[in-house]
Amino acid sequence: MAHGPAKGLTRWLYTTNHKDIGSMYLWFSFAMFLLGGVFALVIRAELFEPGLQIVEPELFNQMTTMHGLIMVFGAVMPAFVGLANWMIPMMIGAPDMALPRMNNWSFWILPFAFAMLTGTLFMDGGAPNFGWTFYAPLSTTYAPPSVTFFIFAVHIMGASSIMGSINIIATIINLRAPGMTYMKMPLFVWTWLITAYLLIAVMPVLAGVVTMMLFDIHFGTSFFDAAGGGDPVLFQHVFWFFGHPEVYIMILPAFGIVSAIIPTFARKPLFGYSSMVYATSSIAFLSFVVWAHHMFTVGMPLAGELAFMYMTMLIAVPTGVKVFNWIATMFRGSMTFETPMLFSVAFVILFSIGGFSGLMLAIAPADFQYHDTYFVVAHFHYVLVPGAIFSITAGVYYWLPKWCGNMYNETMGKTHFWLAFIGLNLTFFPMHFAGLAGMPRRIPDYNMMFADWNMLSSIGAFLFAGAQILFLYNVIATIRSNNKATAEVWENPEGLEWTVPSPAPYHTFSKPPKLS
Amino acid sequence: MLNRARSLFCPLLVAVCSTAISMQSSAEEEVERWGLNMTEGVTATSRNIYGLHMDILIWCCVIGVVVFGVMFYSMIMHRKSRGAKADNFHESTTLEIIWTVIPFAILIIMAFPATTTLKEIYDTDEADMDIVITGYQWKWKYEYLGQDVSFFSLLTTPSSEIKNETAKNPNYLLEVDEPLVIPINKKIRFLITANDVIHSWWVPALAVKKDAIPGFMNSSWTRVDVPGIYRGQCAELCGKDHGFMPIVVKAVPQAEYDEWITKRRESAAKLKAMANQTFTFDELYTKGEQVYNTACVACHQPGGVGIPPTFPAIKGSLVATGPIEGHLNMVINGSSKNPAMAAFGEQLSEVDLAAVVTYQRNAFGNNMGDSVQPIDVLKAKQ
Amino acid sequence: MDANYKVTVKLTILVVGMFVFAIFILPPLYDVFCDITGLNGKTGKQYKAVSAGIDKSRTVKVQFLATNNETMPWHFKPMMSEIRVHPGEEIEVKFYAKNPTKNDMVGQAVPSVIPFKAAEYFHKTECFCFNNQPLKAGESAELPLRFIVDRDVAKTVNTITLSYTMFDITAAKAVSINN
Repeated sequence: MAHGPAKGLTRWLYTTNHKDIGSMYLWFSFAMFLLGGVFALVIRAELFEPGLQIVEPELFNQMTTMHGLIMVFGAVMPAFVGLANWMIPMMIGAPDMALPRMNNWSFWILPFAFAMLTGTLFMDGGAPNFGWTFYAPLSTTYAPPSVTFFIFAVHIMGASSIMGSINIIATIINLRAPGMTYMKMPLFVWTWLITAYLLIAVMPVLAGVVTMMLFDIHFGTSFFDAAGGGDPVLFQHVFWFFGHPEVYIMILPAFGIVSAIIPTFARKPLFGYSSMVYATSSIAFLSFVVWAHHMFTVGMPLAGELAFMYMTMLIAVPTGVKVFNWIATMFRGSMTFETPMLFSVAFVILFSIGGFSGLMLAIAPADFQYHDTYFVVAHFHYVLVPGAIFSITAGVYYWLPKWCGNMYNETMGKTHFWLAFIGLNLTFFPMHFAGLAGMPRRIPDYNMMFADWNMLSSIGAFLFAGAQILFLYNVIATIRSNNKATAEVWENPEGLEWTVPSPAPYHTFSKPPKLS
Repeated sequence: MLNRARSLFCPLLVAVCSTAISMQSSAEEEVERWGLNMTEGVTATSRNIYGLHMDILIWCCVIGVVVFGVMFYSMIMHRKSRGAKADNFHESTTLEIIWTVIPFAILIIMAFPATTTLKEIYDTDEADMDIVITGYQWKWKYEYLGQDVSFFSLLTTPSSEIKNETAKNPNYLLEVDEPLVIPINKKIRFLITANDVIHSWWVPALAVKKDAIPGFMNSSWTRVDVPGIYRGQCAELCGKDHGFMPIVVKAVPQAEYDEWITKRRESAAKLKAMANQTFTFDELYTKGEQVYNTACVACHQPGGVGIPPTFPAIKGSLVATGPIEGHLNMVINGSSKNPAMAAFGEQLSEVDLAAVVTYQRNAFGNNMGDSVQPIDVLKAKQ
Repeated sequence: MDANYKVTVKLTILVVGMFVFAIFILPPLYDVFCDITGLNGKTGKQYKAVSAGIDKSRTVKVQFLATNNETMPWHFKPMMSEIRVHPGEEIEVKFYAKNPTKNDMVGQAVPSVIPFKAAEYFHKTECFCFNNQPLKAGESAELPLRFIVDRDVAKTVNTITLSYTMFDITAAKAVSINN
């Protein structure tokens, strides 16, 4: 039995401890977040004014592609996995994850995959330039040579996610402390359990579609090539069958985080716990039957188009139920607005705005005017930035004192919040207007009628970037500070993680806890 | 504070939008800045779509005001600093049912008009005329079925404007050499496909957006009520110049359309006849320079330097300084090795092909001293 | 040990079974599905005509389009741009193709039918698109298409547009497209 962490660099290479691995995932995801953010700043710098000032269209397309890939696969997903690793064992009273050595492998293949993906920027022909959705034949016949490395990187990331999900499911099913029934688990554990099933269902589909691409490119097959009897639209169907559940994979854990934080700062139990579980399950189930709403203009038969429209509209219902439940949790509580609560409240409002634009997009005939415009860019950035990213940030501020034993500086935290809040709204709200006015996506230059919104967006982007530097500073300053935190950290929070000291010992719950 | 401001924004937005639309100038040359809302458009379909858009937007604003209103109320009144004591309720089946049923009912209300409009959009039958639209990297081709008229439509914004060397004109990036001319008040069916990768043909004022997929034919239709010029853009990432292949539709009264199409047929015939003419070196070179700056410069760049390796240089190129036969073959039939070099044989007339090959062989310091006549091109095409 | 062994055997059989299902059983199932639904504007295999009689009460206009893909330099056009047919009647039309280059080439024509709901009612009994089309340098050919518009095609379908895209598959060698 180990007596504490090993010494030296190899501690991190060989660790099987869920806290160490969680930390590595979180630091890795933050580095990727900054890298993906730099690509976004290149985009916004070019789009600050009409005309081509900074980059050529070829490099611009690489920037948009890499920004999307890195944010989705390198920032958001690993961050949620990092939070899962740190918190799930503690929340269920388990000593570690069910499969600790596979846990180590799940993490360490990621830096390799992303080094390769980022390395494509320096290869002949440049990085992938076909959008993070990589439609064929632009991504097959017309792709730069780096596409093969892109495919390899996607396979590796997928393997990491699948292994991680298996681990999470095995942990939650088998290692809950005696007395912790499923309906007593914290909602964060529930949302991750459901997310893990989604991942196992759809990551193999992504692996399938990139393998078909690989074969079309190198081995003479025609999956997506009409000349050989194939169909470019097949690519879109298979990709989005993965892609739609993927976006729910990127938001369900967020729902879980916010469901932990709001009750703490409202000093009131979560409203409608079982309803929240059923709503999350409905969302997960429905997420499998809505994929073609990303393809409304592709030329689908009418029956299909209508079916997908109805299903997509339907998925708004359970999502709305969750928002109402959070508000009912706040209602007649006794609220304070520390940093985690600020981020969580902003999540509820701004994610809902993203949900509203999503509902508008669901109306198929109206979508003919929204599809592939900045209206869509506004929608998904609202659900991802003040959605996923804010929930991760909220979780970090909420649990950081537990991880490192020190309290963060509340004024600095609030400053980070307000800068980020103003920055992101300044960046993404004008995009609704640019899209409605007719600006397409993925263009490096535009007519003057879109100029004003673009200038505002670019200013907001740099402000938001500055806020993230402040975040980095806050985290490092907290880790190095002397401001000790208690075991409870907050006022009467619920959850087993608050019953262990801060910082949490290297091994917690080596003996299962007694549940009250 | 900003949160509260936003909940007031939606109703304000609706009011401002309506004002913005009614203030929309019909003058072609003005650029409408700070555009807030979707266009109502100039067809019955576009107006239906605009109506659906406003309906769902208003529903969302109303729901937002109510929901966020409750939330802000709570955030103010139920603060610990105000002395609020936390209640303990944490479930209510009644409430869960209410706030499941009401949103569901709103969705049913929206689904009916959305379904009707979609069915109308899908009905391409009984059209008055058909136009085949093909997306290329990076231009559009329009063919009027049964009329023997077909032409390419390329962006004409000068690269000096894109490079910020000269001021941008009001139709910057939204202007082409050959617009699609259609008659008003006629049902026009569009048959849409692509030559290479997936593109998408979109004109907001017509509310037509359809993906152009290589190897497959899609269809859409429109009936324009108001004569005018309507501009759109490609709406599917298709490579480096995805943002530089706009669409211009010119809707005109029937008589004007009939005149136009007759003239086009005649000039196509005249161009074919010119294939038998002989031109001087200077005529070919001058014309060739024009053709180069429209059809070749995007990839092969000013000065013929190209963007190697995908877009080779013409300056000093083995093809342009080699045998004329090989040069003609490359331009007419495209490159079998590099899909980026299209077959221009069907895109340019014999006169233009002869001119541009002559220009390429003599410009950029190539100075081959030879020239190509349209009749040579005609023979090479047989 | 025994329990683990049993689980291992069961799992191995399951995995092998999954692969067998995916490789040998799914493709025929997909074929059946696409045939029944006529998805994708694909008009299915070669049709064996049955004499069901001709519906002389209505006509359907069938339009023909021919497009070259990418840099395909062939001259490719329908010899008749449209024809009015009675549902149930077997019609033959021809397409003209010529290889004007100095090299022997192989082409493949891929059909696409509009509207989608008419695709399953458009039957090709003989089509040059069933096989790839080799043309020597300078050679030209008249390519036949025999088709029947099914009697049961919806009354709201008055125009059917059949579009062929000609692909250059010389490099890919001869690839048969027997669906």
